[in-house]
Amino acid sequence: MLISIAWKNIWRNKLRSGVVITAVTLGLIGGILSVGIMFGSSDQHVKDALNDYISEIQIHHPKYSENNESKYFIKNSESTENVLSQIPGVKSVCSRIKIVGMANSPEAAVGIVINGINPEKEKTVTDIYTKIPAGSGSYFENTKRNPILISSKLAEKLKLHLRSKLILTFQENGGTMTGGAFRVVGIFKTTNAMLDETNVFVRKTDLIRLTGFSENTAHEIAVRLTDKKMLETVKSEIIKKYPNLSVMTWKELQPDLAMVTDFMNQMMAIFMMIILLALGFGIVNTMLMVVLERIKEIGMLMAVGMNRIRIFTMIMLETIFLSIVGGGIGMAVSAGILDYFGRVGMNFSSVSKGLESFGYSAVIYPKVEVSFYFILSFLIILTGILASVYPAIKAVRLNPADAVRTDA
Amino acid sequence: MNIIEVKNLHKIYKESEIEVHAVRGIDLIFEQGEFTAIVGPSGSGKTTFLNMIGGLDKPTEGEIVIDGVNINELKGSKLIDFRLRKIGFVFQAYNLIPVLTAKENVEFIMSLQKRPKKERIERAETLLKAVGLGDRLNARPSKLSGGQQQRVAVARALASKPMFILADEPTANLDSESTRNLLEIMENLNKMENITFIFSTHDARVVKKARRVITFDDGKVISDVKNKY
Repeated sequence: MLISIAWKNIWRNKLRSGVVITAVTLGLIGGILSVGIMFGSSDQHVKDALNDYISEIQIHHPKYSENNESKYFIKNSESTENVLSQIPGVKSVCSRIKIVGMANSPEAAVGIVINGINPEKEKTVTDIYTKIPAGSGSYFENTKRNPILISSKLAEKLKLHLRSKLILTFQENGGTMTGGAFRVVGIFKTTNAMLDETNVFVRKTDLIRLTGFSENTAHEIAVRLTDKKMLETVKSEIIKKYPNLSVMTWKELQPDLAMVTDFMNQMMAIFMMIILLALGFGIVNTMLMVVLERIKEIGMLMAVGMNRIRIFTMIMLETIFLSIVGGGIGMAVSAGILDYFGRVGMNFSSVSKGLESFGYSAVIYPKVEVSFYFILSFLIILTGILASVYPAIKAVRLNPADAVRTDA
Repeated sequence: MNIIEVKNLHKIYKESEIEVHAVRGIDLIFEQGEFTAIVGPSGSGKTTFLNMIGGLDKPTEGEIVIDGVNINELKGSKLIDFRLRKIGFVFQAYNLIPVLTAKENVEFIMSLQKRPKKERIERAETLLKAVGLGDRLNARPSKLSGGQQQRVAVARALASKPMFILADEPTANLDSESTRNLLEIMENLNKMENITFIFSTHDARVVKKARRVITFDDGKVISDVKNKY
């Protein structure tokens, strides 16, 4: 009966309860949407970085990771690729020749990383082939001598266009400087301006021919996984099989990327806490008014034999119900909004340059994990419980003899 | 049979530095089946006295023994539980729970006593019929007149099967018709069911119906008269 009374009590003053419920609803919508945008952008940021460049796991010669010196390479890369492909959880594997060099155009020269790739195999680990806008060439489709893919950012810097010629200089296998002329066949653009500026893609066969490396060598083997949760398991398995190679996850390769994700998670938690805290104080204020208005009634309840635990529970239930109704509506509306924008995306093109310089996409697909709603539900109930404590203590401290005679 | 024994009861309130001696050494005994009015001018100590024998307020000195229990020694939940089982209350301003129907208001007290749902409903209906509200079982207090609300309050006070009912000026807010109805109901319950009523009042009509009239003045009993019928 206490539950029924508490539920009925919150509808006694529909306007006041409505205001509290609306405040909770709007607060949560704002909070959840912000969290959705933050989480969506951070998730997308990681996904883009993995899909465009990094992959979940990279394998190198242990000394290559120190200075990216091309003399430290993986031998028997083909058989290694085959073995890696068989590990449960591995979706695809691709090896690369990777050399640090200079890109020279008639206008400028910049330091770059030359990625010698097998174009077809590379498609299984990176999405670069999808990042060439219409009219900006193609992905090694028309076989020409020494084709090269460069980013729009680099093209801008070197003042290059499609079909422009570009001279790359780098060390050959023996350490002697060498170089080659390459023709721009495609200009790509990912969301990561920083990596775009420093990476170019050429065919592995062309690079092997110029450097003298054997077909069966690689500086880097990229591994994609079927499930991101298997990251550590697959890493351990690879280490078991190749204890002499350096096996690094994306979190180790790009600690800043992992840190951003962790930072975002912590920010989201703090942000939601602040919102819930603000809502909690609003609820405390309302419930204090409720207690003040019902002094006489509470006094009567105590006089006729309702003990303090029941009074406390009744006030607490009313507060929890208010929070749950507001929270439920807020979460439902937010879920609807997130579902919509999660499909069509939110376009922040007005600040796209700024976002892309940090590796973020201008179109964000906000999303939150289902578990977030469960945690939030728990936090809402907890907020209700905490917000009820002070008003409930006020109520149970009333003297029934005085309370029943009050004018309130 | 004595149900309430009050011995040398004192109550002193402290307001700032001033002490107010509201009740000054009252000795009284109430028996089962009494229909007693406590009268006296405002500030004579009637309400303070009722609050103390109802266990809502503690005396500064003296003893209140109800059904063999010195209620001064009861504290916290024991005292609340004692009130729930032994004492029924009727307040001047009815004090019903506005979100509950008449039947639910009566049933509520029994739910505090953890009585089975079926018993609660049956007894609530019986009591409301007994106070003439059999046709208003599902009406909320806002839909009832003052007199009807006070009758619900009487039914609620009876619901817990108390040893006695304390009513603090129960007719103060009622018109004469409602007062007459309420008094008739209380009198019938007293005569037929032997339910003890102790009420404070200023109302001469109520005093006239009482079988015992105790007059308070300045915190003391100045007369204790038993009317004969």
